[in-house]
Amino acid sequence: MNISRRHLLILLPAAAVAWKFVEAGTPEASPNYQMSEHWWGMLINIPKCIGCGNCVRACAAENDVPDGYFRTWVERYHVTDTNMTTPEVISPDGGKEGFPVAQEDAGKYFFVPKMCNHCADSPCTQVCPVGATFVSPDGVVLIDQTYCLGCAYCVQACPYGCRYLHPTKRVADKCTLCYHRITKGLTTACCEACPTGARQLADLKNPSDPIHEFLKTHPVQVLKPQMATGAKAYYFGLDGSVR
Amino acid sequence: MSGLKDAGHLFRFAGLFVVAFIAFLVLRGYVVPKTFGQYGHYRGAAIGQIAARPVKFAGHQTCEGCHTDIADTKTKGAHAHVNCEACHGALASHADDPTSVTPAKPDTLVLCARCHTASAAKPKDFPQVDPTEHMGGVPCQTCHNPHSPAIGSDAGANPAAGGAK
Repeated sequence: MNISRRHLLILLPAAAVAWKFVEAGTPEASPNYQMSEHWWGMLINIPKCIGCGNCVRACAAENDVPDGYFRTWVERYHVTDTNMTTPEVISPDGGKEGFPVAQEDAGKYFFVPKMCNHCADSPCTQVCPVGATFVSPDGVVLIDQTYCLGCAYCVQACPYGCRYLHPTKRVADKCTLCYHRITKGLTTACCEACPTGARQLADLKNPSDPIHEFLKTHPVQVLKPQMATGAKAYYFGLDGSVR
Repeated sequence: MSGLKDAGHLFRFAGLFVVAFIAFLVLRGYVVPKTFGQYGHYRGAAIGQIAARPVKFAGHQTCEGCHTDIADTKTKGAHAHVNCEACHGALASHADDPTSVTPAKPDTLVLCARCHTASAAKPKDFPQVDPTEHMGGVPCQTCHNPHSPAIGSDAGANPAAGGAK
């Protein structure tokens, strides 16, 4: 193929214009979605969780989470003592394939699904030196993976251990609250796959969301409230032994 | 005037600073993405890029659009609030192309046991059985219709008989 100087002079500015569009990012995927009208959170109903691991598998399938890394995982607590500081906690492979059968009936057992708390005052976003992680205007903690350096400051800063360095991409990775789904009117993959309704996506700015009523009329708690992170993963039936 | 003449080297030096500053501003304009700072100290376009990823779980509303018979069976039973893909897995690919992507039916011996295997750790009000004692290797759907599991609750054990109606 022969390109004359004349063609090249036409092609170069055209390529420059095209590059501007590439730089500006992909066009808005959901034109009917207004970020200012939403403020996302999650309700986790501990007495309903049966520890099947559906959420962990669904999350891995939806988000291509590498083996051995978790955006969400389930812990099983066993508290036999009145002293709540020494619970027995297991989470084999993040609870991905469920839990071993518990024979011992003494004490209390419960499952605690964990995930990013999508904190409003998130410590992880505050430590990022390059502005690669942020709380979006609709309250979701996201990572711009094209901007992340992989320094892992945020991994250390998260008090809930919800972040990891992606083993092949070499950048920070975490729960996006299935941002690609919730902006299209779907629920998250973990909520979609939960058979008992133990996990519910909550739009805290939408008063007609049924979760609003639940949050207003039930005692709920967040993890590590003393950290003042503004966590938005609300737990119903949370035991004091959960860390 | 002799004072200013002696200060010429200072003006040249100041000029160097001005040129360097302009060069910095020009470079910065090129290097910093256009949408950086649109919503905060981050690249605003990243939000759209994250939102543009394809979904893999179609969502039960999509399934129920075609599989109306199964949806009807389900609403009457104990599994009414168990979403389709909780058992059948992520099937947006099937919803996008129902003819060429035909998912295999799950093995009930593995699938049902995931939730219903008895364990002291599970909530007491959740229905649980000891798999070996309860059916000893007989597939669950022999007696139960997974879409409405109570025995005798509907037309009998006829799990997922058809495709989309």
